[in-house]
This record gives sequence, structure tokens and C-alpha cells, in this order.
Amino acid sequence: MGRENRGPAWVLLGLLPLLGLGVLLALILSNGVGVGRNDAPPVEDLTVGRVTLPTEYELVVHVQNGGPNPVTLEQVVVNDALWDFRVKPDNRIPRLGSAEVVIPYTWVEGEAYEIVLISETGTTFDAEVPVAVLTPGFSGETFSSYALIGFYVGVVPVTLGLLWYPFLRRLGTAGMNFVLALTVGLLVFLVLDTLLEALEIASELPGAFSGVPMVILVALLTLFGLLGVERLFRRGREEASRLATSYRIALGIGFHNLGEGLAIGAAFALGEAALGTFLILGFTLHNITEGVGIAAPVLKEKRPHFAHFAALALLGGGPAILGTWVGGFAYSNLLSAVFLAVGVGAILQVVYEVGRLLLRDSARSKTPALSGTNLGGLTAGIAIMYVTALLVSV
Amino acid sequence: MGVPFGPHVGEIEAVGGLDLAATMFEVALVVSLALLYRQGTLVPVREAEVTLAEGGRTVREFELTAEETEIEVAPGIVYPAWAYNGQVPGPTLRATEGERLRIRFKNNSPHPHTIHFHGFHPANMDGVFELVGKGQEFVYEFDAEPAGLHLYHCHTSPLRKHIEKGLYGAFIIDPEEGRPEADEMVMVMNGFDTNFDASNEVYAVNTVAFHYQRHPVQIQKGRLIRVYAVNVLEFDFINSFHTHATFFHYYPTGTRNPRSGEIEPSEFTDTKIFGQGERGIMEFSYGFPGPFMFHAHVSEFAELGWMGVFEVEE
Repeated sequence: MGRENRGPAWVLLGLLPLLGLGVLLALILSNGVGVGRNDAPPVEDLTVGRVTLPTEYELVVHVQNGGPNPVTLEQVVVNDALWDFRVKPDNRIPRLGSAEVVIPYTWVEGEAYEIVLISETGTTFDAEVPVAVLTPGFSGETFSSYALIGFYVGVVPVTLGLLWYPFLRRLGTAGMNFVLALTVGLLVFLVLDTLLEALEIASELPGAFSGVPMVILVALLTLFGLLGVERLFRRGREEASRLATSYRIALGIGFHNLGEGLAIGAAFALGEAALGTFLILGFTLHNITEGVGIAAPVLKEKRPHFAHFAALALLGGGPAILGTWVGGFAYSNLLSAVFLAVGVGAILQVVYEVGRLLLRDSARSKTPALSGTNLGGLTAGIAIMYVTALLVSV
Repeated sequence: MGVPFGPHVGEIEAVGGLDLAATMFEVALVVSLALLYRQGTLVPVREAEVTLAEGGRTVREFELTAEETEIEVAPGIVYPAWAYNGQVPGPTLRATEGERLRIRFKNNSPHPHTIHFHGFHPANMDGVFELVGKGQEFVYEFDAEPAGLHLYHCHTSPLRKHIEKGLYGAFIIDPEEGRPEADEMVMVMNGFDTNFDASNEVYAVNTVAFHYQRHPVQIQKGRLIRVYAVNVLEFDFINSFHTHATFFHYYPTGTRNPRSGEIEPSEFTDTKIFGQGERGIMEFSYGFPGPFMFHAHVSEFAELGWMGVFEVEE
């Protein structure tokens, strides 16, 4: 059919299924589908998010209704005692609606609390406060202290890692290939680490959000999107500039550090992490190799301007600050899962890119891709990340 | 129940003498023994007790029907209960020792049920093996003995389920010589597993959490109070009853002392522990006016609903 056949009638043809859908919806809404059953009890599926303690005399449970029916909360039990409460905005929580259950309760610092929400049908939903500490509110002081945490676990180690650049530049070709392979190893570790974290958070989302498929699909779309963008960066050249590769590694690592920041901020706010010296040290050790990874592609190039290193450090480590802010003040499982999924896609893309660099180098030097150097670097990268990860379980 | 009975409850006039007995059937309604709360509303037990005289002997007939109903066990929380006569606990059945009891039981629920009475009776009146199916009827007939405070409940398997769903009630057999005049109330200590995880979410006396805290039980200062306390709690092994600012004479199971043959208290206390199925009569009075709490001294149960207030008036 030619273009000339696309008249107004053609538009109508396109609208035909939509018209049918409209009629069907109208019929269903007015008459029902005829397959409902009234004898089954309503399905109540309330997902409990965070429990915050904004004051010394309040517990606040954040809930979201992921089930097909509204849920009406009628009673609240705190540590085996029925307790006063109010629900904002309303104790009837509509499908996909969110609410805050505010419980006036003078809690004891450092103790654990078990909260049970009871719906009108007697169904219960559990929430817990593992360690009762005041949830930091939003103030200039907390804002800067969260920023400091993010700075410690993100910017500092990445910057320190980048400081290896002059040292690494004096390595021979084999040494530089070792560092590139090491970068691939640590990135592979980060992909898995980020993916598992994203899936864990996604599994806590209300069922209606289909969290796990969403994470995987967002990661894939990010990967394909970045691969497409990378072609644009090449601007007709065979390869993108190595500096651009460094930037993309920094971006992927930045997403990963954003995820770390989210986890740390949330755990810190909930009192789950005594963010002590040990943990800060652990993160510094864990993330210092990320700086090496970012520097690896530009080892063989003319030394980029100093400003580039500052920008790379900020891009790779800075998101940790953003993460601690979001995690501490406005934590959302949905947003966290999406951020982390984007991170997975971004890191996958740089694994592909750095892997290609390595392959091209080995093709040029006519050495096998899986040479001892490359395998050793890969293993070292994974091993370093694995061992240092032992220090930083939040 | 927490709702005082009138002082004349339990005084039953057996009509018809021995000479008239063979032909005479006279009916006398007695005052209902308990008031029950259903969906938060005060619902009097229907006057189902009928006194007949057969062969000069008082025969007391009751009708109990098992059915499914919904009960608001705590404000806003609706529990799908199995109930005798649509109420939990079921109607209090009361007789004097030596009387003949005839309980017509009808099952209007989809599950088989029975009524198992505590007390003396033949094996086929024990309400265990003779399952009463949907729409079926069964008549339990036996003599009211021994004197005391008992309970009745469904004994169909799975037993725990058939009890915890609400098929139970108090069963009082008054001694022939009677008890001193008092304001009487029945308190059935129970609980509800609203999310079906084999533990109770809500505790109470007479089903509704905190009901007698929101609606205190009015009693007169100096007046003798008699509480018929029955523990039918499932899942938890121990329940308890604690009165504030007064002590009570406690009569275990309300029966005669096996050594002296007299109805006499075993202790004078303000806290009594009850195991599953355990029950006893408490007699006390208040010397001061004002609100006084009564509750389980198992603090967890108290704060999950088993708490009430006696409002003592001058």
C-alpha cells in the first residue's frame, strides 16, 4: 500500500481496537466481568517499608498497599500491647496507595521493637525496629554529616586510587595490561554486587511493581542505551577515545557508589550501622581499586589535564554523597532499585568496553587474550574486591 | 459478661407437685443468665431456657444452634467465628443440681460440631463421638451434676480449631442449698487468632478487647459480687484474673470441698492463675467507691485486650 492510501479512514482503522477496548471497559465497569466470586476473602497485601523514629515519643511505620484490594488498618500492636495510632492520610489505604502509621510511643534507646498492624479482617503485617535510635531529621548538620560519610566512602578512595596514575604509567605494557585486566575483574565483581543488591531491594517491593523483572530490564536497557551512545562518542573513529572510556567507567562506578551511599545512608538513619572507623576504613580499602580502574584506560595516552582527574574522581566517588542524602532523608525502595539497576547496566557496558581494549591490545601484540597476565589481573581484581568486601558489610 | 445479674437469678420455681406430675407440664421462663456482646452491641441471650416438670422433677430445656457469624473482637477487627446461637461465648446454661437437662442441638454450619459438657453423664451424651453434621440435630439429656461452675464446648476434631473459633460457653450448676445472695456475672476469658498463625492477636473477657474498660461494669459499694470465671483460652497455657484494691474468696470449680463436703473457699487472694479449661467462682465486695481495674496479670494479655474496670458506686 502506498502512502497515498493513508487518509482519514486509515486513522480510523488505527483507532478501531482502542474503540473496542473503550466499549469493553465501559461494559466491565458497569456490569462486571461475570467471573468474580464473593465468597473469597479480600486479598490484603500491605508492604511495610521503613520504620522511622522522628522523635523520642513516636514510631512511624511507612506502608504501601501492593495488593488488589484496599487495606483498612484497625489496630496496632507494639511489643505485644494494643496501642494508639493514627494513619496519615487515612487508615483505609487504597490499591498502590502509601500511608504513614504514626504511633505515639516513648521508646527506649537501643531496644528492639516489634510492631504488628492488624487490618479489619484480622490479617497482620509485621514491622520491626531492630535498634531504636532517633532517625536523623533534615538539618544543616545532618546534611553535612551525611555528605561527609559519602565523601569518606566515595570521593576519598577513588581519588587515592587515581593517585596511582603516575606510578602505573611507568609500568611496562604487560603491567598495564595487568591493570586493565584487574579493572575488568573489579568491574565484574561490582556488576554482581550491584545486581544482587538491586534484586534484594526489588524483592521487598510490593508485588504489583514486578521489582525483579524491572531491575533486569532497566539494567539491559541501560546497557543497550550506553552501547548506542558510545557509538556516537566515536564520531566515526574506530574507537572512542580512551579518556571517554575512563569517564564511562567513572560513571558506572559512580552509580555503584550511589547504591553504596543509599545503603549506608538508610542503615545509618535506621541505626542499623554503627558507622565506625572500621567501616570507613573498609570502604576506603574496598573502593580504592575503583580509582585504579578509572585510571587504567588512559595509562598509555598522553597524560590528561589535571582537571580531568578531578572530574573523574567526582563522577566516580561523588554519587556516594548523593546516595547517603537520599538514603538518609528520603529512602525509597523503588528509587533505589532503579538507581542500582541503571548502575548494573552502566558497569556492564564498561566491562564490555575495557574487555574490548584488552582484546585489541592482545591482538596487536599477538598474545592470547587469556594470557597469564590477563587472567592474573582478572583474578586479582575479583579477589581484592571480594576480600575487602568482607570489611564493609552494612 | 461483666453485666450484673439480678439477685433473683437462679431461683427456680419447680412447678407442679409429685401428685400432679404425670400430667402436668408447666412452663416458666427464667431470667436470662448472660448478656453477650456481638459486633460491639449489647445483645441479651435469648430466653431459651424452659423449665418443665416431668414426674415431679424439674426438666430444663435449652436450644443451641451452631452457626457461622462475624464478630468484632476489637474495634474494627472482624473475626469469622463459629458460635452457639450466634454469640461468643455461647449462652450461659444454668441449672440446679439434680435437675434434668435436655439440650436440643442443631447444626446450621457447614462443619460437623458437637457439644461436650463438663460434668457427669453417660458416654453417648459426652458430645465426642456423635458428630452432628450440617443441618442435623442431636438431643443431649442428662442430670445436672455435680454442683459447680463448668463449661461446654465443641469436641469435634481438630479440637483446638473448634474451640478457638468460638464454640464454648459457661455451664453453671447451682448447689441445692444455693449460694448467698449476690450480684452475679459470668466472665469467659478468651482470645482470638485473627491471622490464623496459631497464636492470639486479641485477648478479652467475653470476646471484645478492652470492652469493660470502655464500658465499666457498675457495681454497688459493699455489695457482694460473684464472678463466674471460665478460662477457654487456646494457644496460651495460662491465663489469670487479678482484681485491684480488693481480695476475693476463690471457690475452685465452684464445687464442694471434697473433705468437708461444704461449699467453702480455698483461698483469699487478688490474683488467680487459670490453666486451659480451668474455672472458679470469685466472691468479693468493694469498700471504696471509684474505678478499679481488673485484668489478667499476664501483662501481655492485659495490654492485648483482657482489661476492664469496675465502677464502684456509693
